[in-house]
Amino acid sequence: MKILHHIGSYFLLIKRSLSRPEKASIIYRQTLKEIEKVGIDSFPIVVIVSLFVGAVITIQSNYNIENPILPKYLVGLTVRDSLLLEFSSTMVALILAGKVGSSIASELGMMRVTEQIDALEVMGINSAAYLILPKMIAAAFFFPILGLLSMIVGIIGGYLACILGNVIPPADYIYGIQYAFKPYYITYALTKVVFYAIIITSIASYLGYNVEGGAIEVGKASTKAVVQSSILILMINLVLTRLILQ
Amino acid sequence: MISVKGLYKSYNDNHVLNDVSVTFEQGKCNMIIGRSGSGKTVLLKSIVGLVKVDQGEIWYDDKNFTQMNEREQQSIRKKMGMLFQGAALFDSLTVEENVMFPLDMLTEQGRAEKLDRVNFCLERVKVTSSNKLFPSELSGGMKKRIAIARAIALNPQYLLCDEPNSGLDPETGIVIDNLIKELTQEFDMTTIINSHDMNSVLEIGDNVVFIYKGCKCWEGSGSEILKTDNEALNNFVFATNMARQIKRT
Repeated sequence: MKILHHIGSYFLLIKRSLSRPEKASIIYRQTLKEIEKVGIDSFPIVVIVSLFVGAVITIQSNYNIENPILPKYLVGLTVRDSLLLEFSSTMVALILAGKVGSSIASELGMMRVTEQIDALEVMGINSAAYLILPKMIAAAFFFPILGLLSMIVGIIGGYLACILGNVIPPADYIYGIQYAFKPYYITYALTKVVFYAIIITSIASYLGYNVEGGAIEVGKASTKAVVQSSILILMINLVLTRLILQ
Repeated sequence: MISVKGLYKSYNDNHVLNDVSVTFEQGKCNMIIGRSGSGKTVLLKSIVGLVKVDQGEIWYDDKNFTQMNEREQQSIRKKMGMLFQGAALFDSLTVEENVMFPLDMLTEQGRAEKLDRVNFCLERVKVTSSNKLFPSELSGGMKKRIAIARAIALNPQYLLCDEPNSGLDPETGIVIDNLIKELTQEFDMTTIINSHDMNSVLEIGDNVVFIYKGCKCWEGSGSEILKTDNEALNNFVFATNMARQIKRT
């Protein structure tokens, strides 16, 4: 019964967040601020993780398919497809669930326990629309950019591994990257990222917005936000993969 | 004027408010007093609609707040100013931005006009040259003053204060109390103050409502409180041995 209560409350909060805000210009301004917080500030982590993972996939792929019958360019192809189909969307989303999700839950949780959300409500402002909507828009807009960035940097990471680690000849790697390329993979990955963005921001916002108590509960909400959104990301990944990649 | 009629609120089996009816008059400092856990914060939060009551009516002048939908309640709230126990200033905004916030959100004024209003409100609460500071850089008393400035920015008809001098030393507390009293008279607002500080009650309480175990137990003026024979109120007001000795003499 409790889970049904939470599901109902979650959708009611999302409905309230999507209702007409007091001033569109303020929401626009808030969205720009959120783009910086949830998007631009996540650049370094996405770049670092993607660079190293791209390099590691290259080394591992080469190790696993080291066979004279198999052409070397398959390493590039494996790296490309791994990054495009799974890593740059789902794995990056899991990383962002940790960084962005916990930050949103603790920010809103602290606002709740220090009565700042109550203050907004008493002023006659729709606090859900003011606080949550800009985060959702910013993430839905910017997470795909982070996904694209991850793809590019991951491929560069693999290329660097080829040059610096002598894994395979760089020309073979480049050929593999281009071989049988389906642009549809990018559409598929970015579609998933938009769904993940909504999941991460809305779950974290729901948990933070409804915190009751003090600092300990804020911490718990932050942890729950990461765990629950990660599980949902994996579930949605399965559903979307089944639906889109038929 | 704000009036509540037959208010009931319970959490599971815990009856927090039991048939509370009271009228808070315009231009006066109306105080709700009572022990911690007596239900006074729930009463105040019910009045502003942050807590949904089980039964009863809340009237703002001739408008029944409890019968309104969310949009209509928001329009009434735009006429309210509220001072929270912890000030509830927005951490990410400067003093100036905090006071300007309701003007930004709810008016179509130009920046110069809004800035004038902000400076007026800040001068009114005797805070100058702190416009660019953040709440984390302010003392408790300063935060309360800024919160009052934000509460009066939109010229509210109703001012609600939850424990305005909690966490403050008695001297600063009285300064905040007197500021609320001055503003109430100056802007002819209906002010409700939730407090358990007897200094405040005696200093500014025009009309005092004593809540005991969720019920309205006594109502009168600040001066009448010292002469009452209501046992529960006497136990609350004269809680210390020293206070009891003073009452006997």
